[in-house]
Order: sequence, then structure tokens, then C-alpha cells
Amino acid sequence: MTSKTNNIWRTRLKRFTAPIPLLGWLLGALGAVILEHVAGDPFSELLGLPKIPVLFGALVMLKKPLLIPSVFFYVLVIYGMPLALVSRWCAKPANWASAHMLHFSKPFSVLIHLALLYAVLHAWSDLSAYRLLTLKFTLIAVMLTLSLNVINGYMGEFSCSHPGFMALGAYVASTFSLSLFVNDRLFGEALLPAGLGPFLFPVGLILGGLVAALGALLVAIPSFRTRGDYLAIISLAFMFIVKSLFENLEIVGGPRGMGSQPNWANLPTVFVWTVLCVWIINNFVQSTMGKALNAVRDDETAADAMTVNTRKTKMVGFLFAAFWAGVAGGLFAHVLRYINPGTFGIQRLAEMLAMVYFGGLNSVYGSIMGAVSLSLLSEALRPLEILKWIIIPLLLILVMIFRPTGLIAFREFNVGNLIKPKKTTRIED
Amino acid sequence: MPLLQVKNMTHYFGGLRAVHRYNLEIEPGQIRALIGPNGAGKTTVFNLITGIHHPSEGSVILEGENIVGLRPHQIASRGLGRTFQNLRLWRHMSVLEHVKMARYSRLTYGLTGAFFGTPKRNREEEALEVTALELLEMVGAGGIAHQNVLQLPYGAQRRVEMARALATEPKVLFLDEPTAGMNPEELLQMMEIIRLIHKKMGVAIFLIEHRLKVVMELCHSIQTLVFGEVIAEGNPLEIQNNPKVIDAYLGQDMVE
Repeated sequence: MTSKTNNIWRTRLKRFTAPIPLLGWLLGALGAVILEHVAGDPFSELLGLPKIPVLFGALVMLKKPLLIPSVFFYVLVIYGMPLALVSRWCAKPANWASAHMLHFSKPFSVLIHLALLYAVLHAWSDLSAYRLLTLKFTLIAVMLTLSLNVINGYMGEFSCSHPGFMALGAYVASTFSLSLFVNDRLFGEALLPAGLGPFLFPVGLILGGLVAALGALLVAIPSFRTRGDYLAIISLAFMFIVKSLFENLEIVGGPRGMGSQPNWANLPTVFVWTVLCVWIINNFVQSTMGKALNAVRDDETAADAMTVNTRKTKMVGFLFAAFWAGVAGGLFAHVLRYINPGTFGIQRLAEMLAMVYFGGLNSVYGSIMGAVSLSLLSEALRPLEILKWIIIPLLLILVMIFRPTGLIAFREFNVGNLIKPKKTTRIED
Repeated sequence: MPLLQVKNMTHYFGGLRAVHRYNLEIEPGQIRALIGPNGAGKTTVFNLITGIHHPSEGSVILEGENIVGLRPHQIASRGLGRTFQNLRLWRHMSVLEHVKMARYSRLTYGLTGAFFGTPKRNREEEALEVTALELLEMVGAGGIAHQNVLQLPYGAQRRVEMARALATEPKVLFLDEPTAGMNPEELLQMMEIIRLIHKKMGVAIFLIEHRLKVVMELCHSIQTLVFGEVIAEGNPLEIQNNPKVIDAYLGQDMVE
């Protein structure tokens, strides 16, 4: 009986959402965040909430369980209603617009979608500094997870050195901006006018990425002659070496770390870098050259016999992933505006691995999904303090039991499919 | 000058002499077979020539150039394509991706193309797809191009491996027991495919085979390998009546 009603609701929901293209959803989300801007404050006051629920009310619910109904009501009215209604009302024009944009040019259509997505994120994060910070860290987590997935998923090795690469990127990028553009206690007077900084910031990030890739080369040379456990051990060692290296380098602050990085990693910057990262990694893993990673993973001998340069393939994959970890590290340093060696330890590694394996191996969708859901979840469960580290691992264990390769594994990220208009098929009652 | 020449190839696995003074000459367009009892070292010969193992002694000369010491992918892109005795397919990839992958060494778009999805890369990938589909069509696997290899029946997997080996544009195609484990119907189909690719592509074929039917009907010349040594070489009829061969396969009593 229950499953039957459940089914009815599911088909209804499917019928309701079927004609809505991505453009429609984005418009719906935009409607929701605009509504929150206009009516969020008075409405939350009306419901007796202390302020607008920052992360969809998760924090409030855990702190004051009595407010749960109000929070539900708030989320339903402010997010749920406009999302459902606007996207449904806009379905027809949105389909029309999607079709035309796609017909005009695919890159153009992609840019429009991204602009809308950015608008939604910007408006949403505009309401609270905490939201903004969470959002930035989530985007950075997407980059880290995706790049780690290139090694652990696409290439099938088990690398533990990602926090190390991230640390290299973070320190290099921080040193770059602190020594050149800021009067700093570690590096003294600024060498270049500070106004130049934001424009040269990408150079610092890329530099950080390159140094991380160089570090990856050091790991790869001894460990890629073998397969399996060796890389895991060597890369784990590398992570600790990097950490203790920075702990002992007084020039970059030693264990106290370095702070007061300029505030250049604003939301547009982080967003653009994340999009670039997803775009480039997705391009790579869908090309025959990138698929060679899969071939090497599934059967190296066969790949070699089919003209695939296996050594180069593995090297490129590993260095490429390390580069993005470095870039993400640079952004991370400029978002948090303080880094110390302890930031890049085993706990960060555990977080990243959890995101990769939770989201799904060998999948861009999976990485995005894993990074976003675990970042938000770990923020949302923050009031539970230590209990958080019981709930999240439990969740991971459940995923491992029921979907051993992760939630969305082995699925290709198809931008064309994502942005195309939905065919409106009329379903007769 | 023969297309492929193997001179005095010897290989030791530790103290075990797996192959001893092995010689081979393959002319363009020839079909040759290597037969022998289990454990004779047939697959080792294949692995030595295609670079998976490096021979302890001797030389392998492809079109006048010694290829001993090159890595397998270099040898493969020079024109020695192969299939494997126990299918070695990539379990998470589609049939089409398998065949495209075998043209890795011919990709020219480089990392820039791979990272940024340049128009050049798109053109090249599209051309690659067309070639791959043609090859799949040729081995009778055109209809399954978008399936995952693991879902396919055994015979179809063999065809995919064949198409994949052909995609490397081999000058000599090494087939390691192409009909192993096949039922009589699949066997006939596979023989037909081998004939077809020989006729269409003019490729020389060197195959390991246990089934006399295949060897006798397809091959121009046969070598018999026993304990790593060639004991007999000749056309199918000669081999069939060679007492040494009968001895090796069936034992001393049968010769008398």
C-alpha cells in the first residue's frame, strides 16, 4: 500500500519535472534566492527564527529542535515553492530559449548557463559571510575531489599525497602574493605595486600548481615502476614529508604558518577556477588520450600492446591531478587567508578520500556530487561536534556496502545533454 | 628481405630455458602457425617478439631494424599487433572505445587538444570513430559498438579484440589462440574473419592454434614447438605426416 502511493507520488513528481530543462531549474533557483533577499528577514522573524536559516536550516534544527517546524516551513516557502513554481512556469520559454541558444552556439549556451549559476550562487551567498565561506570551500573541495578522482578513479591507483600537493600550491601561491604585493613580516616590503596583485594572482596559482606537479614527479619516479600498494605508501610518506618540511622552514613561518594573504580569492575568482578545472579535467578524461588512463588501470599489458605509452599516460595523469590540487591549495590559502602545516594533514586527506569514494569513482558528476554533499553535510553537522565524525564515516560505510564504487560512478559528464531542452512529451492520464 | 625475422632467439626464466634458438621468417601476406603441446613456450615466443619480455639472446628484426629492447607500445606502433590467449579487454570501456584506444600512437592533437577540446581534437576523434566503426563492421561487431565489453558473449569479445588489434594497423598480426573455447559455429565465423582481414588488409598473420582444422585450412606454413625448440617446420601436409610431430603430440607408440 505504502509503496503504491509512493509510486504514484514518484510518477507525479516525474511528470511535473520532466519538461523542465536545466535553464528552467536555474531560473527557479534564481527566483528562490531573490525571494529570500526580499522576504527572507521578515519571514524568518514571523516564524520566530533568530535569523534566516543559513544552510537550509540544518544548524538551527540541531541547536534548537523546537524550531524544526518553522525551519521546514521556511525552506518550503522560500526555496521549495519558487523553485517548483518558477521552473515549471518557465519550462516552456526555457525550453524554447535552450533550443535556440544551442542552435546558435553551444559555448554560448554553456556560458549563459554558467552565468545564471553564478548569479544564483552569488545572490545566495550574499546574505551571509558564513554562507560565502562555505560556498568557496565547497567549490575548492570540488576541484580537489575531481583531481584526486583522476588518480584514484580514472587511473586506479591509490594516492595519498593530495594534501601535500595542496600544501605546495598553497605555500607557493601565498609566498608569491605576500612577497611581491604585501608588506609582510616574513618577506618585508612589497616589491610590486599592490594594485597589480589581483591581475597577477592567476600566475601565482599556476606557479603553485606547477610546483605541486614537480612534487608529484618526485613521487612518481620511484613508485610508478610498480603498481598498487607502493604508490599508496610512498605518497603517504610524501604527504608527511611536505608537512614537516613546511614545519621546519622558518622562512615561511614554520609551524606557526603564514597569514594575512590578500583577499583576492573572491567568489568570482574561485568560481571561474572551479569551472576551468571541471572543464579541462572533463575534456581530458573524455579524450582517447585520457581514456588511456582507464586502459592502463584495467589492463596495463593490453594497453601497452595497443600502442598506449603507459608510462607517459600514468605520469601525465598524476602530474595533471597534482597541478589542480596545487591550484586548489593556492585558492584555499587566499580564501582562509591563513595557512599552517597542520592544515594539510591526514584529516584533510581523509576528507578528500571520503568525497571521492562517496561521490563515485571515475565520474565527474560523482566528484562534484561527493564534494558538494560532504562539504555541506560536514558544515551542517557542525553543532554535533564530535558526533559528526561518527555520522559521516557511518554514511561512507553504508555507501561502500550498497554501492561499492560510490553514488554516481562510471558516468560520463555530458555537457550537451545537460543543457539541451527537454522534449515535452504529453503523458495521458 | 623478409618482413619479420627472428634470429636465434633464446630466453631463460631464471634457470628455466623457455625458448631455445628460435628462428622465424615471415614474408608479407603470409599466414603462419605455431603449434605445439601445452607449455611448449608458444605464448612466450609471442611475448618475446612483441616486447612484453626481452629475449636473453638473439634478435628480432622488423623491416631491417632490430626491435629487441623496445617497449611493447613502440613495437606495436611499428606494426606488430596482437591478441591475447585469455582475453585482455578493459572492463569499464565500451567496444568503440577499445578500438579507438588502439590508435593512441596515431593521435596528433597532444595534451593541448586533450585539455582544451580544440577543434583539431574534435575532428581527429570523429575521424577515429569512423575508422573504428569500419573495423568493427569488418569483424561483424558493428552493432555492438556502444555496449560495454563485459556484457558481450565470448565470441563477440574475441571479435572486439581482433578489431582492436587491427586498429593498430599491424604489418604482422599475432593471434594467440583466436578460436580457443569457441563452439564449432563460432569457430567457422572466426576463420571467415581471419580470411577476410587477410584478404582485405593484406596483413601477414602469425597464429598460435590447437585446432587442426584451422591450421590446415588457413596456413601456408607451420612450425611445431616442443619444450621451447622448433622440431619441425613446413607446409600443413608435411607437418601432419611428420613422425616427430606425431610423437610430440601423441607419444612414441603411435609412430610405429
